[in-house]
Amino acid sequence: MGKTILDLTDVTVRFAGDSGDGMQLTGSQFTNTTALVGNDLSTLPDYPAEIRAPAGTTYGVSGFQLKFSSSDVHTPGDSPDVLVAMNPAALKINLSDLKPNAMIIVNINAFDTRNLKLANYDSNPLEDGSLQGFTVVQVPLSQQTSKALEGIGLTNKEISRSKNFFALGMMYWLYSRPIEPTIEWIKSKFKDSALLAEANEKALMAGYYFGENTELFTTRYQVYPAKLPKGTYRNVSGNEAIALGFITASVKSGLPLFLGSYPITPASDILHELSRHKNFGVRTFQAEDEISAITACLGAAFSGALAITTTSGPGVALKSEAMGLGVMTELPIVIIDIQRGGPSTGLPTKTEQSDLLQAMYGRNGEAPVVVLAASTPADCFYMAYEASRIATKYMVPVMLLSDGYIANGSEPWKIPEPDSIPEIEVKFQTTKEGFQPYNRNENLVRPWAIPGTPGLEHRIGGLEKSNITGNVNYDPLNHEFMVQLRAQKVDNIKHDIPLLEVLGDEDADIAIVGWGGTCGAITEAVRRLRVKGNKVAQIHFKYLNPFPSNTKEVLGRFKKILCPELNMGQLSKILRSQFDVDLVEYNKIQGLPFKSSEIELKFESMTGGNGNGR
Amino acid sequence: MADETINTEVKYSAKDFSSSQDVRWCPGCGDYSILAQMQRVSPDLGIKKENFVWISGIGCSSRFPYYMDTYGFHGIHGRAPAIATGVKVNRPDLSVWVATGDGDLLSIGGNHFIHACRRNVGIKIMLFNNRIYGLTKGQYSPTSEKGKKTKSTPFGSVDFPFNPVSLAIGAGATLIARTFDRDPKHMQAMMKRAADHNGTAFIEIFQNCNIFNDGAFELYTEKESRPENVVVLEHDKPLLFGKNNEFGIKLEGFTPTVINITENGNSVNDVWVHNEFEKTNSRANILSQFTEMEGLPVPIGVFRQETKTTYEEDFQNQINGVKKSRGEGDLRKLLFTGNVWEVNGNGS
Ligand SMILES: Cc1ncc(C[n+]2csc(CCOP(=O)(O)OP(=O)(O)O)c2C)c(N)n1
Ligand code: SF4
Repeated sequence: MGKTILDLTDVTVRFAGDSGDGMQLTGSQFTNTTALVGNDLSTLPDYPAEIRAPAGTTYGVSGFQLKFSSSDVHTPGDSPDVLVAMNPAALKINLSDLKPNAMIIVNINAFDTRNLKLANYDSNPLEDGSLQGFTVVQVPLSQQTSKALEGIGLTNKEISRSKNFFALGMMYWLYSRPIEPTIEWIKSKFKDSALLAEANEKALMAGYYFGENTELFTTRYQVYPAKLPKGTYRNVSGNEAIALGFITASVKSGLPLFLGSYPITPASDILHELSRHKNFGVRTFQAEDEISAITACLGAAFSGALAITTTSGPGVALKSEAMGLGVMTELPIVIIDIQRGGPSTGLPTKTEQSDLLQAMYGRNGEAPVVVLAASTPADCFYMAYEASRIATKYMVPVMLLSDGYIANGSEPWKIPEPDSIPEIEVKFQTTKEGFQPYNRNENLVRPWAIPGTPGLEHRIGGLEKSNITGNVNYDPLNHEFMVQLRAQKVDNIKHDIPLLEVLGDEDADIAIVGWGGTCGAITEAVRRLRVKGNKVAQIHFKYLNPFPSNTKEVLGRFKKILCPELNMGQLSKILRSQFDVDLVEYNKIQGLPFKSSEIELKFESMTGGNGNGR
Repeated sequence: MADETINTEVKYSAKDFSSSQDVRWCPGCGDYSILAQMQRVSPDLGIKKENFVWISGIGCSSRFPYYMDTYGFHGIHGRAPAIATGVKVNRPDLSVWVATGDGDLLSIGGNHFIHACRRNVGIKIMLFNNRIYGLTKGQYSPTSEKGKKTKSTPFGSVDFPFNPVSLAIGAGATLIARTFDRDPKHMQAMMKRAADHNGTAFIEIFQNCNIFNDGAFELYTEKESRPENVVVLEHDKPLLFGKNNEFGIKLEGFTPTVINITENGNSVNDVWVHNEFEKTNSRANILSQFTEMEGLPVPIGVFRQETKTTYEEDFQNQINGVKKSRGEGDLRKLLFTGNVWEVNGNGS
C-alpha cells in the first residue's frame, strides 16, 4: 500500500505511560536516533518522584517530550503534535497539553475497565466523543507485541515489558527514522541476555513493520536535518555535560579532580558519570552526608585538588556552614546546585529556579560566593569549566546553578577540540621568601600553599584573622576590613567575565531578562515575537555574582524589563536592589519549565498586543 | 608501618613544632599536657615536618592546630574527620591528625566519626575527652555520666552516655587506645602508636577541664587512687593492677571479675592475658565496658589493633587499576565518544 510522505520542519512528540513502561528509555532512544539523523532537538523528561507508583494510576505517569526540527530548536516544544499514550492515565494527564488537532496514538489494549477506573474515567474517552478535534489512532500495542514475541520463551509479563520497543519502532517508521542505531544499542545493552535482546529487537521491528502495513496510518513524515554549523556533534544532557566540563577543567589545570557528593535527585547523575571516568584520576567520594561531602572537598582543596561537590537545594542548605568556611579560608571549591522544586523535599523530580537567593545569600555572616548559572544542557560544559577557572584563579568558592530541566534535558552539542580550550593556569606557592598564608596578589588573591611543601607550614581556619599573616584576630576594625576585603575580591571578578549581551532588537523598549535554564524558552519567545513584528530584546544572565560590569548600563537602555522566572521573583528582587530597575515579574511555580508561548503572551499583554513592543 | 614519607635528614626538636601563637587555654587545663606531649614526640616520628597536617573542629581542644607549627586547618564544629578524609584521600603521603573534643566528635560529628572508622581512613583521631562542653561554658556532653548536673541540666541529665572506645570498636577503627593527660609517658607512647598505624587510629585522652568538670578523672590520675583504679593494657601481658600488682582480671565466660592473685589459691595464670591482635573484637569490647562495671579498673593502652587495607589505598588502587585496564584518560577520546555524528556545514 502506497503511503504519502509529508515534509515537516518541526515536530513535538510526547511519550507517556506508566512509570514501569520504560518511557524514559523510549524517549532517549528516539532522541539519540533523531540526533544522529541531524535534526536539532531539545528534550524534557518528566517522571514522578515515586520509583513505581501503583500501575495505571495518574500519579504514576512518566513522560518524555522532545522537539526535533530542521531549524534551530531552543525548547522541547510547548504543546505536543503527537502523544503516544500507553494507558488511560497517560492520556488523562497529558491531554490538556496537546495542540488542537494533535495526533494521539493509544494502546487500545490498555483501555479496559480496570485501567479506566484507575485513571478515574467515568466512561471510555475513546468512545464518548471527548477526543473530538484530535486524530486518534488506536493501536493494539500489547496484543501486537505479544503476537510478535509468541513462543520466544518469555513470560507474559516479560513480553509485556517489550511493548515500549514496539511503540518506538512504530514511531521510527512514522517519522522516517533509522532503526539500526537502536538495534545496536539493544545488542550491547542486553549482551548478557540473548533472549531479552532478541525480544526487544523483535518488538522494535514488529512496531516498525506495523507502521508500514497497518491501514491506521496513511501518511508518514520526514523532518530534514538542521543547518547546524560544521563540526562533530553528540547529544548531551546537562548533567553529562557538567561532568565532562569538570574532567576537562581537571586536565586543563593539571589538578586532580575530587568530587565529594551525597546522592540527591536531580544531581546524582553527575556523581554517576564522574565515577565512570577513574582513568582520568577522578576521585569520587560518596560521603555519608552533604556536610561531609563539602568538608571533604575543603580538605581536598587545602591539599591541592580541584574540588567539587554536587547536590540540589536541600543539600545546599546543609552545606551552607561549610561554604562560609570556604569563604573564610579562601579555598577554591565548586558547589553545583541542580535546583528542583522546594521548599523542603518539595517536588524532587520537578524543575524550579528557586535557589537563587539561597545561593546568593544563604549563609551566616557576610559570606559572598561567586554564583554562575548554566543556560542549556550544552552550556553546562562551559560553565563547569568556567566555575573551575574562577575558583582556582581567585581562591574562592563558586556556586554553579543548574536545574532539573537542563540537567535531564538534552540537546546536540558541537564538541570542542580539546586543543581549542585554554589551559587553566594554577601556581602553587613553593618558595619560602615572603610567604604569608594571606598575602595577596593584584586580584587580592591569597597563595595556594599546600601541605607537603617544606617551609610553608601554616594554619587556616574559620576564625577571623589578620590580613596577610592569617593570625587569629578579633579586633573590630580588622573584622570590618576583612569583610570588605573578601567582598571586594569577589566583586573584582566582574572584570574577568564576559560583558552582558543584548540579543534581538537593541533598540527595543522592552527587554526580556532571564537567567539559567529559562534561556531556551525566552529565546524562542523572542524569536516568535520578532517574526510577528514586535521589537524586543533578550538579556540572559549566566554570571549572577558578580554581575557583568556593564549590567547597570545595559539594563538602563530599556524602558521596561520583563523578568520571567520559575520562582517568586528572585532575580527581580536582586536586580531591583542592586540596579534600581523597573521591571515586570512573570513568575511560574509549577515544577514545569516555561512554554515559550506563555512568555510570548505575557509580553503581548504588556504591550497591549499592539505588535511593536513600544 | 605508616605510609608517610620517612624523614632521614633533618633532626627536629619539640620547639620546631611549636607555633608562634599564644596558647589560650585556661591555666591548668589538661590540653596543655596533650600539646606538650605531641610536640615532644613529633620529632621522633620519622615524618617530615611539612607532611604533618592537623585538622580540628570547634571547641577548646580544636584550637590545637593553631599551636602546632605544622600545616593545620581549624574547621567547623564536628566536621574534622570529614575534612581529614578529603586531605588523606587526595594526599595519602601526608600524616593527617585530628584534634577533637567529646562534643565535637561524638555529638555533632558522630556521623563523620563512625564513617571515617568504617572506611578505615588513615587518619589519627585524638579525642580530648573532658566529659563536658568547655568552649560553650559547661553544658553536659555525650560522654557525661547520667544524672550530671550542668548549666543545661540543672536537675541532672537524663541521657545515657556514649562509650567512645566501644563506639570506635563497633565502627571499625583499626587502632583503639586510651590514655590520660596526667600520664605524659603513656600518652607519648600512644601517640607514637597512632603515628605508626596504617588506618584509622583512635585515641581517647581523658582530659581534665578544671573550669567546668574539674576532677572528673581524679580517681584514675591521683597517685593514691590510681593503682587500684587503672589497669594498663600491654600486649601479651596479664591484666594486673593494684599497688603491688596483687589484683588480676579473670574472664569467666564473657564476665570479667577481679581476683586477688595472692589469695584463695589464685595465681597469675588465672589472669586474662591481653592480646592486641585478637581476631574478633569481642574481648576488646569487654575491655571497653570496664568503665561501666562496678569494681573494675579503667583500662588504658591499646585495646585492639587490626591490619586492614586503608580507604586511601583501596581508593587509589582502584584508580590505578582502571587506568591500567583502560589506559590513561584521553580527553579527546572522552569528548568524542558516544553517539557522535558529523555535520559538514551545508545543512545536509
Ligand atoms: C554548628 C555549631 N553549633 C554549635 C556550636 C557551639 N559549640 C562550640 S564548641 C561546642 C562544644 C565543645 O565541646 P567539646 O567538643 O567537648 O570541646 P571542648 O570545648 O570541651 O574541648 C559547641 C556546642 C558551633 N560552634 N557550631
Ligand atoms: S574551659 Fe576547660 S577545656 Fe576549655 S580551656 Fe578551659 S579548662 Fe580547658
